Amino acid sequence: MRLSITHTTKYRFDEPVPYGLLELRLCPRSGPTQDVEWWDTQILAGQRQVRFTDHHRNVVELVRVEPGATETIVIATGDVVTTDTAGVIGPDQGANPPWLYERSTKLTAPGPNVRRLARSADRDVADLDVLHGLSAAVRDAIDYVPGITEVDTPADAVLEAASGVCQDHAHVFVAAARVLGFPARYVSGYLFVEGGQEEASHAWAEVSVEGLGWVGFDIANQISPDRRYVCLAVGLDYREAAPISGVRRGAGGETLEVDVSVTEQGSAQQ
Amino acid sequence: MEPREGFFDEMYGLAGNVRAPYRAYGNWFADEQPRRLLAKTAEAERVFRRTGITFNVYGDDEAEERLIPFDIVPRILGASEWATIERGVQQRVRALNAFLHDVYHRREIFKAGRIPVGLVADNAAFLPVMLGQSPPGGVYTHIVGVDIIRSDEGRFMVLEDNCRTPSGVSYMLENRETMMQMFPELFAGRRIRPVGDYPQNLRTSLEASAPPAADGPAVLAVLTPGIHNAAYFEHAFLADQMGAELVEARDLEIVDGRVAMRTTEGPLRIDVLYRRVDDDYLDPLVFRPDSVLGVPGIMDVYRVGGITIANAPGGGIADDKAIYSYVPEIIEFYTGEKPILDNVPTWRCSEPESLGYVLEHLSELVVKEVHGSGGYGMLVGPAASKRELREFRKKLQTRPANYIAQPTVALSTVPVLTRAGLAPRHVDLRPFALVAPGRVQVSPGGLTRVAMKKNSLVVNSSQGGGTKDTWVVDD
Amino acid sequence: MLGRTAGGLYWMFRYLERSENIAWLLEAGMRIALTNSLELDDEWDSVLLTAGQRMAYVERHDEVEPAAVIDFLLRDQHNPSSVRSVVELARNNAREVRTALTREVWEATNATWLAVADALRRPVPTRDLPRVLSLIRQESAYVRGALHGTMLRNDIYNFSRLGTFLERADNTARILDVKYYVLLPSPLDVGGQLDNAQWETILRSVSAQRAFRWRNGGNVTAWGIADFLILDRQMPRSLLFCYERIDRNLAHLATDYAQQHKSHELSHNLRLRLADRSIDEIIEYGLHEFLSECIRAGNELGISIEHDYRFDC
Repeated sequence: MRLSITHTTKYRFDEPVPYGLLELRLCPRSGPTQDVEWWDTQILAGQRQVRFTDHHRNVVELVRVEPGATETIVIATGDVVTTDTAGVIGPDQGANPPWLYERSTKLTAPGPNVRRLARSADRDVADLDVLHGLSAAVRDAIDYVPGITEVDTPADAVLEAASGVCQDHAHVFVAAARVLGFPARYVSGYLFVEGGQEEASHAWAEVSVEGLGWVGFDIANQISPDRRYVCLAVGLDYREAAPISGVRRGAGGETLEVDVSVTEQGSAQQ
Repeated sequence: MEPREGFFDEMYGLAGNVRAPYRAYGNWFADEQPRRLLAKTAEAERVFRRTGITFNVYGDDEAEERLIPFDIVPRILGASEWATIERGVQQRVRALNAFLHDVYHRREIFKAGRIPVGLVADNAAFLPVMLGQSPPGGVYTHIVGVDIIRSDEGRFMVLEDNCRTPSGVSYMLENRETMMQMFPELFAGRRIRPVGDYPQNLRTSLEASAPPAADGPAVLAVLTPGIHNAAYFEHAFLADQMGAELVEARDLEIVDGRVAMRTTEGPLRIDVLYRRVDDDYLDPLVFRPDSVLGVPGIMDVYRVGGITIANAPGGGIADDKAIYSYVPEIIEFYTGEKPILDNVPTWRCSEPESLGYVLEHLSELVVKEVHGSGGYGMLVGPAASKRELREFRKKLQTRPANYIAQPTVALSTVPVLTRAGLAPRHVDLRPFALVAPGRVQVSPGGLTRVAMKKNSLVVNSSQGGGTKDTWVVDD
Repeated sequence: MLGRTAGGLYWMFRYLERSENIAWLLEAGMRIALTNSLELDDEWDSVLLTAGQRMAYVERHDEVEPAAVIDFLLRDQHNPSSVRSVVELARNNAREVRTALTREVWEATNATWLAVADALRRPVPTRDLPRVLSLIRQESAYVRGALHGTMLRNDIYNFSRLGTFLERADNTARILDVKYYVLLPSPLDVGGQLDNAQWETILRSVSAQRAFRWRNGGNVTAWGIADFLILDRQMPRSLLFCYERIDRNLAHLATDYAQQHKSHELSHNLRLRLADRSIDEIIEYGLHEFLSECIRAGNELGISIEHDYRFDC
């Protein structure tokens, strides 16, 4: 499947910004499930400072907002050809030790709620089935309700609230999988939805399973990622895989506008 | 002076006779009027107060500035004693740097089974962001302070390594300065090894680790959390002595892919940043997002070789208390040598046998929390109440891996001047090592910390400890 | 140099200057109280006004009462412009910019803070007031002496001096402005002698009574005082003197850094206000209007310097 993606992020500032930075993880890389044909990130009213590949092999770019700007726009766009591998990504290419992905973070810290959930999983089955069971349990425990949680709501608090969005599903699942001894990580990316009205930015999780390597789990939709998924970045949690994060000095508020479009290209020929 | 029974005294040894390194000083002291010396002590205090050599203490209402008590009787080491310490510290520091490189790259020591990987895997001091990252010049710990004590038999042992941002070196320098002003006659004609070149050595050593991006002479800066930090005086002092700019996070910004300071003439790039801000606060984009003491983006610049951060982030894994007990193994693994300086005997409560022993002898031991620092989460067995012992026993049984235990070590004593003449007080020693690519330099002597209270074993300045000038003299 | 350091130096010396100015104001107020029983409260009221502290005072006190005014201006920790507060602010700034100061300047500033804090620990009884005020002036003179005697004449020095002279010009202009009605010629006493106490206050407030006498003998006229405090080239507290120093220090910075800023233009304009003016012209223009404009232009210059040299972070 060839997917055309355009991801536009617009920051509007009430006051001219004297100093601001954006950190981008907005550059998908080719792998077993996706081939990035071309990709381009444009920045309006901002200058690229550095670009590197981080320890999760994400491409990271640091951008400085043009001093005095009242608006900064980041447009990432490109074509990605995807393959369905039934969610299996395979072993890691990088040199990271597997235990790295067993470390908990502030957002994925295993509190009592996460532990309780992990304990409820059926452990007497094959690893993949344990994880599918856990995925279903997470989905059951958290209703999809936007606006309840924030980007920095930890997994345990999400379970307390019993509602959240795909990011929260992924956090809780990752946290619980680690409690069960599985290396697990958070994935941010895109999801192609027929008709295209729904949120095309998405988050899911990957778990390292003996003999298979990394395997994807979309908890929110209760399936394994297929050809409709494009992975943008991975990390121990949202903070390490967020497509854009920023800091700035200066007074006044800001508004953020995100628009993601994922369309299938040349579907007529297929 | 009556030495304290059962403790090694630096001046009088165990036998009560003046030891060789102290002979000349002892003769001088014998001819001095105690009253003149006490007056000198008061004078020194005035000098410190006027110069503002203070540290900040956070009280209930507002930060208060306090003096660290200074004692005019020097701690004196003979050249051969010092040679052992110097070589031992160099060996240790080399090994710790090799360990850090290994931890963040191939992790051979774990594969070889010499250290359980769990000690690192779950450790907050281990920073994943440093994985695969090689600091400029390969140096992780540019400045190390090693805390050394001397046992009742007069043997030196390492109590703790400080690989993050060890402090106290300004006191080492100011103590010497003060002694030379007050007692010039003690220095005339005696070969006391100078320490005054430390700031220049620090500068040279940091410059030698400049990042690939540096062109021309390296620009250095010292990053301080600000005037309310306990060690602010030292930050300003070192910046001043090195001829480096003293900066706070708010002075810095990212310009053209480098970290730059905002100067009156516009931005000026920094090549080497000697930071006195902890890892956790260093970059709000990567570590604590609420940090206002850090520089957003600095880790990104660091990763592309745009700046040297001294000490390198993530170095704290090498001085973690859980790792400490493995340092002898670390030395042997990376240097192939036996450790020159021993550790204080340590029981790892993660090991069932050790835990059993510790629980049985709790009232005789000092128990330390492995990720804690500076006396919090600590139990001093002999001084603890029954209730405290009971509570700690429970903690140990619930999470044994969080604790190590050590015997209450007998710190040596050095005389201090009191109204009643000389009296023994317990001391430790913190020599400072500077690491440049291929070189470890140890400043002769270091900082001697002294418990000013009779029989106290606590030398920390935050708990009333004082300092002394430290001399290395020819044998 | 860091922009923050430049700002720290500038404010350190503004605050030191302010502490000294308040001490002089109190000295003058006290003198009036001893020599003139009439309109006493008015006098303390104008001391508050000159110090720019009347609003703040009224918020905390119901009436203008000498002991309360003195305490408010000397010691009140809720008053950010009390001597105690400004000396502490000066010292905190010095601590922040310590690496830019010589040991002597730092130690003098630290010693000032220790001495002043000690002297102001408790309310100052009237009989101790002269001693305390003279201590404050002396201490700040030590800092000035250390500055002149030990500091390089570089940008560090320039920013320090900018702080001093902007604060001083502001203070002189305020003193004159608060008392301008005294100086205004009235039909009754054009060219006549001023009330003894009134001119004493003005001159004492800037510690210039003897200097004035040297210059003018016993001939104390309104115009003479205004001329002296605005246009005298040799009087170190006159507006002209201050503006010239500000201009000179900015010019050094322009040369050192090879950068011209808006501040240079503003400073130039400020000097032009006084250049080739006579006191007659100024009084004809309107003394109050003229002084208000000077104060406003001085503030504008201060803000521009802060911006041009990146004091703010």
